[in-house]
Amino acid sequence: MQNVKHHKGIQFLALLAIFFVLVVAIDPESGGNLWRFQENIFWLLPDALNNGLKYLINDFWVVDIYDAELDLTEESTMMKEFTRGLSGVVLFFITLIRELLLGGVKTIVIFTSWDFVSDNEWAYIPALPWTAVAAGAFLLGHYLGGVKLSVLAGLSMVYIALFGQWEPAMQTLSFVLVAVPLSVLIGLVIGILAYKNKTFELILTPLLNVAQSMPHFSYLIPVVVFFGIGDHAGAISTVIFATPPMIRLTILGLKKVAPEVLEAGKMSGCNPRQLMFNVLIPTARHDILIGVNQVIMQCLAMAVIASFIGTKGLGYDLLVALNRLNIGEALELGVSIVLIAVVLDKLSLAWANKQTDYFADLPFYLHYKYRLAFMAILIITSIIAYAVATFLPNVHNYFYIIDEAQGFTTQTFWDAFVDWLITATYQSVQSFNLFMITSVLVPMKETYLAMPVVATLFLVTGVGYLIGGIRSAIIVTAFIGFIALTPWWDRALITAYMVTFATLISVIIGCSMGALCSQNARATKIILLVCDTFQTFPSFIYLIPVIMLFGVSDLSVLIAVIVYATIPATRYTVEGLRNVPPSLQEAASMSGLNRMQRLRHVELPLAFPHILLGINQTIIFALFMVIIGAFIGTDDLGQLIMQSLSRSNGMGQGILLGLCVAFIGLAVDHLIHTWSNTQKKALGIA
Amino acid sequence: MSTPTQPVIKCESVYKVFGEHADKVLRKADGAIDTASLIEAGCVIGVNNASFEVHKGEMLVIMGLSGSGKSTLLRCISRLIESTAGNIFIDGEDLLNMDDKALINIRRNKMGMVFQSFALLPHKTVLENIALPLQVKGISTKDSMERAMAMIKLVELTGNENAFPRQLSGGQQQRVGIARSLAVEPELWFLDEPFSALDPLIRKEMQDEFLRLQSVLHKTILFVTHDFDEAIRLADRIAIMKDGIIEQIDTPANIVLNPATEYIAKFTRGVRRERVLTCKTIMQEDDGHTPLSDLTVSQDDVIETIAEGVLSEQNPVAVVDDQGKKVGILTNQIMVKILFGDTSELSINTNTVGQA
Repeated sequence: MQNVKHHKGIQFLALLAIFFVLVVAIDPESGGNLWRFQENIFWLLPDALNNGLKYLINDFWVVDIYDAELDLTEESTMMKEFTRGLSGVVLFFITLIRELLLGGVKTIVIFTSWDFVSDNEWAYIPALPWTAVAAGAFLLGHYLGGVKLSVLAGLSMVYIALFGQWEPAMQTLSFVLVAVPLSVLIGLVIGILAYKNKTFELILTPLLNVAQSMPHFSYLIPVVVFFGIGDHAGAISTVIFATPPMIRLTILGLKKVAPEVLEAGKMSGCNPRQLMFNVLIPTARHDILIGVNQVIMQCLAMAVIASFIGTKGLGYDLLVALNRLNIGEALELGVSIVLIAVVLDKLSLAWANKQTDYFADLPFYLHYKYRLAFMAILIITSIIAYAVATFLPNVHNYFYIIDEAQGFTTQTFWDAFVDWLITATYQSVQSFNLFMITSVLVPMKETYLAMPVVATLFLVTGVGYLIGGIRSAIIVTAFIGFIALTPWWDRALITAYMVTFATLISVIIGCSMGALCSQNARATKIILLVCDTFQTFPSFIYLIPVIMLFGVSDLSVLIAVIVYATIPATRYTVEGLRNVPPSLQEAASMSGLNRMQRLRHVELPLAFPHILLGINQTIIFALFMVIIGAFIGTDDLGQLIMQSLSRSNGMGQGILLGLCVAFIGLAVDHLIHTWSNTQKKALGIA
Repeated sequence: MSTPTQPVIKCESVYKVFGEHADKVLRKADGAIDTASLIEAGCVIGVNNASFEVHKGEMLVIMGLSGSGKSTLLRCISRLIESTAGNIFIDGEDLLNMDDKALINIRRNKMGMVFQSFALLPHKTVLENIALPLQVKGISTKDSMERAMAMIKLVELTGNENAFPRQLSGGQQQRVGIARSLAVEPELWFLDEPFSALDPLIRKEMQDEFLRLQSVLHKTILFVTHDFDEAIRLADRIAIMKDGIIEQIDTPANIVLNPATEYIAKFTRGVRRERVLTCKTIMQEDDGHTPLSDLTVSQDDVIETIAEGVLSEQNPVAVVDDQGKKVGILTNQIMVKILFGDTSELSINTNTVGQA
């Protein structure tokens, strides 16, 4: 073991030596293909992909469609009709929920196909008064999870209403209430199929890997092309984005069910359907619920990003506020998004754990007490809202909907605070900014860009070989080589530099924080709670305070990335160290090791494989956040993806760029997982 | 359909072969089982030519160390795994040729199974866990809950019906497992190492509980264990397995007194005879002349429980059957021989042993 380690060390040094020789030897001017791969056939790929997809939409499988309104038969393609139909269905449900919450006329129009809406004003669905929704949230929280949940859910609604964000919040909610169940359902179905069919799972796994490593933005581009823009497009891209983790966790959970439980189900006489729904899925519910939680988080993260393609709601307002550097408003909107995320998460969790009481022999009014209470609230709040509207027609009706202009706001406070902060810290922040950019970031970026492509590939292949033998070397080289062949290698290097920098800092902070906190049971609990809480925030939210403090620059993106990416590093370190078997710790103490020695010789080596997985997550988180950072303004791959979103022929480019990002993530993921597994095997804890 | 003499379970040359190449080798041999060539191909033979019968109300304990194939055999008979070859009949019906519907049906009505790790559903309360087999049968919620409550009373868990499995101790969890397996009133009761995961004291208590239940219910039982003492304590008959082969299948007394192989002898050597043998197996013919003491013992009493009483009497003690009719006598000399003497000197009523 020691020998092998030693051996690998020497190999790695040799690898580095050759790498540096290559860097020095290859001249940018005359290096040709050694320096950067020249224009090649791969550069035609974006256009080819574009043409292919266009063919699929416009010319493939032409069908005749009869248009009843115009009494004409038109030619269309299957793909167009399919996407049109799907969009219609999704949009209908979003609109339905939205009109229940905010009022409107479209739903009725869909059913009646009237086009003279103005003649039928009575058909307008009045919105539920916000008081009814908030009270409903109190009730629902109480029904599902008792007093605590009731207060959380209810007060969140009250906050949203009082701060005048009712309309965008309900728009977001309607979008989320369609996207989340859809994702969960599709994820469950595909997960179950994959569990039942090995071949299907084998095909699915690599697809899931790529899908989960693609950045949010790159999902938007094909969706825009196929489904156009609007709420439905946002919802569909969200569903596509949020489903892979659900599928994965469903499979994982089902596979983890103990064989004896499965047998117990069979011996109880379950048929296959009962076995799946009464035994397997409920037993696997822990993992499946994590999946639901992930779906909710992804949906709310996407709610912001999907506003690029016309999704209305909090996300859109947040984007506008950030664009105008309206930090106070952005902060309030951010809080609303987080609140919705947390409430939905907790409610879904409580719902899944809800217990039935079989022996309660209750009278009618107690049995239906929640439903009756809600009916009562609905009637009372409606009467109040109506009464206020009738008797005080000139006063704004605070009991119906509170407009943005009428709501409370702390904007002025925050804006003043930010102003004060900027004036007070201007000097120090500026000099810090300047120092970091000129002395650290720019030199690092230059160094990355100064690497000849051949040297980089050699290094990557070599590391792959050292970690996982020939197989890993081939896999990693294929991933990175693909990027090198595209026209975006320089951009990829910039992305890599940002990710490297952020990861280094995150890992240093996260691991040391984790190691410190894991020494104490109380601190462990607190730090895990903090991690949990921070993980609930949609990634976009992290940009708000950073812009507030550091303005718009590469550095602020990096700081947001570091904050976001430190979470997994900390969490995995704590988990890894806490999971070292107590018997080993006792053995170490009895062997006379002091606390530091124990940490160094026993705990850290044993926790190392798990910590490696944490570093892996850190890198993936950092990669995602760097791409989102394009919104603030970076010049890496993410920026290009943003650009292709607004270009008419950007689809092919956008998808390929997304793949490039995914490939970076997958290469890292493969290397670290292989490494972690070898370490685990060596320690006998695989 | 079933005659009184028909066995409830009948196994004929049951085989279970594990391994990637098992199918290939079997096809080559035209379905015939050739153990040597199978082992050569890297296959593991989980169950090797198992043939036996279990009659109504009988408890057969399958005993073996880990890897001996005992659980595999049980799973072949409950058809949780498919046997490679052989025939299994449940009440005369061919189990291995049943379609899925018939199999589900027989499990819903005739079989109950208890698992080593309890295998309770973590998301369901005690009550819901027990009601599961009833609910999947389509029995109404009200009826199944009532029935489940009765089962809770039977296993003495009253008061815990709304607890979750994680809130119960191991012994309590296994009581739930037992209640669940009995909820549909099965004729056949499979128990796969039900008490192995429990602490020794709890295990003893659960064994007593189990014997109490069986004395009320009279199920036909297949009980798997790796604990020889447990087997001796509970069994009507014991099947001892090693490497997939049933080495011996007999009553506890016969196994203790006449181990068929050296392997079995290793288990029996440490067993105290007075704990296994009943009065019936060692009693003598009454010649009618010796005066007997006032004490009488039942023919099914285990020696250990009556030894002190018999030894403190001056005269021989009468052994009586269920009706109180005298069938034999026990003398102090026999008792001393059994307790302290050498087995080979004993005259054992082996002809009666088999009917224990």
